[in-house]
Amino acid sequence: MNGEPVEAAMPARNRAEAALRLLLPIVVLALGVLVWDLIVRLREIPPYVLPGPGLVFRTLVADWGLLFDSLLVTLKTTLQGFLLAVAGGVGLAVLFNQSRLIEYSFYPYAVILQVTPIVAIAPLLLVWLPQEAAVLACAWIVAFFPVLANTTLGLNSVDHNLADLFRLYGASRWQVLRRLKLPAALPYILGGLKIAGGLSLIGAVVAEMAASSAGAGSGLAYRIAESGYRLNIPRMFAALVLLSLAGIVIYFALALFSHLLLRRWHESAIARDM
Amino acid sequence: MADLQSGGDVSVSLQGVNKTFASGVVALDGFNLDLRPGEFVSLLGPSGCGKSTALRLIAGLMEPTRGTVSWSGSGKPGDRHGSGRHGEIGFVFQEPTLMPWATVAGNINLPLSLRRIDGGKATERVAAALRQVGLDGFELAYPRELSGGMKMRVSIARALVTEPALLLMDEPFAALDEVTRFKLNDDLIALWRAVKRTVVFVTHSVFESVYLSERIVVMTSRPGRVFTEFKTDAPYPRDRHFRTSADYAALCRQVSEALADATSKGAGA
Repeated sequence: MNGEPVEAAMPARNRAEAALRLLLPIVVLALGVLVWDLIVRLREIPPYVLPGPGLVFRTLVADWGLLFDSLLVTLKTTLQGFLLAVAGGVGLAVLFNQSRLIEYSFYPYAVILQVTPIVAIAPLLLVWLPQEAAVLACAWIVAFFPVLANTTLGLNSVDHNLADLFRLYGASRWQVLRRLKLPAALPYILGGLKIAGGLSLIGAVVAEMAASSAGAGSGLAYRIAESGYRLNIPRMFAALVLLSLAGIVIYFALALFSHLLLRRWHESAIARDM
Repeated sequence: MADLQSGGDVSVSLQGVNKTFASGVVALDGFNLDLRPGEFVSLLGPSGCGKSTALRLIAGLMEPTRGTVSWSGSGKPGDRHGSGRHGEIGFVFQEPTLMPWATVAGNINLPLSLRRIDGGKATERVAAALRQVGLDGFELAYPRELSGGMKMRVSIARALVTEPALLLMDEPFAALDEVTRFKLNDDLIALWRAVKRTVVFVTHSVFESVYLSERIVVMTSRPGRVFTEFKTDAPYPRDRHFRTSADYAALCRQVSEALADATSKGAGA
């Protein structure tokens, strides 16, 4: 009765579908830029209110050196905040999973940290910490909770029968964690990472904004605030475009990472023939 | 390290077992069962009669509220709760219960690697277990690539890889289609005859229990206890001729009637 394993085929229909998924957003983008350009031209909107796409692009090229350095600063903070959030979120979730007492004691505070608006905490952190550390702390605070919450959910979503099986074979606590709970939680953890990537960028931006009101900083958000004060709206837009692009790249990088880890076994990563 | 080659002469005895859950549900009460080395026993009863609970008690996954579950034979005497049991038991759940992130070989290797048996010896055993269930060549497939019947075979191979004295099966084929179920029934009989382990097979199918077993234990429900038992001395190997024989039909009728009595009695109690 050896049936053949079902090979995930990639028929022409799927390929057309994939092309469409890539093409349609680009068409929408092109249309949007066109409309934007038309509105600016036809209504003769001055560039200090709304610069046209051409001007924004020229500014991006002209100010590239300055903006790219700022981008690197923001990306560095984002990445550091993200990595700390992953380590902290997964680490705390595992700790909570191993000990109910620790979970009951500290989980509420993790929630409080999450529900308190980061915009309100950022100025305080800037008072207490050096500027770079404060920005990093903001990125971390915003990003770590989704990792914690998702990992906790994942660790608790282990198949009960599999857990029984591990018990039957006398698995140690460590074996259960490493061989059963963490792999079972992996799709959830990766889901948390996808959210955390975007959030750590937001956290970094919020903190840079707060820092910029004190006249300090060098990240992209600082450039945006600074350009706003100086009514250099084209540069503001150029920085904004870079920030969006950074967010998009982060999201897709994490989605790809997740896909590569799950493609052999998890339903979410498997293409289905309809 | 415990020796996995424990042989087939372990016997288990459940005496006066009561299992009451925290919710107040009495799953088993006054349940007695003796398992003799190498026999094939079916626990037959309606859903919710405590069959699975009995299996979990034997496996040591639960402790009885009252009564005793005792082991004797070449197993580790007196070591009911400790690690002594782990090599003695293979458990097959109703679902294949495979780790989706691991290959077929990885899944079958699990009981060995949890006991830190690695290297060539483990690879050999995994290969042997795969051969036993007729899945050689599928080492590197992932569970999602397999059909329901093949997944169940992997699950059985995993249970066999430690060469346990006792194989516990909790309605393993209930979710499969009839053709696959019949095939796996035949393969299970062949396997059992080859390895001569004690098998406890939980089912709610009269036909399946009669086809497979030497002994059929009919249970009442709420609370679960032994209603009656049947022995069949129909010779093995049993095949589709046995499935259509008059003896088989007659025994099925008897067992069905007993099951109906047990069910009505249980519901009335």
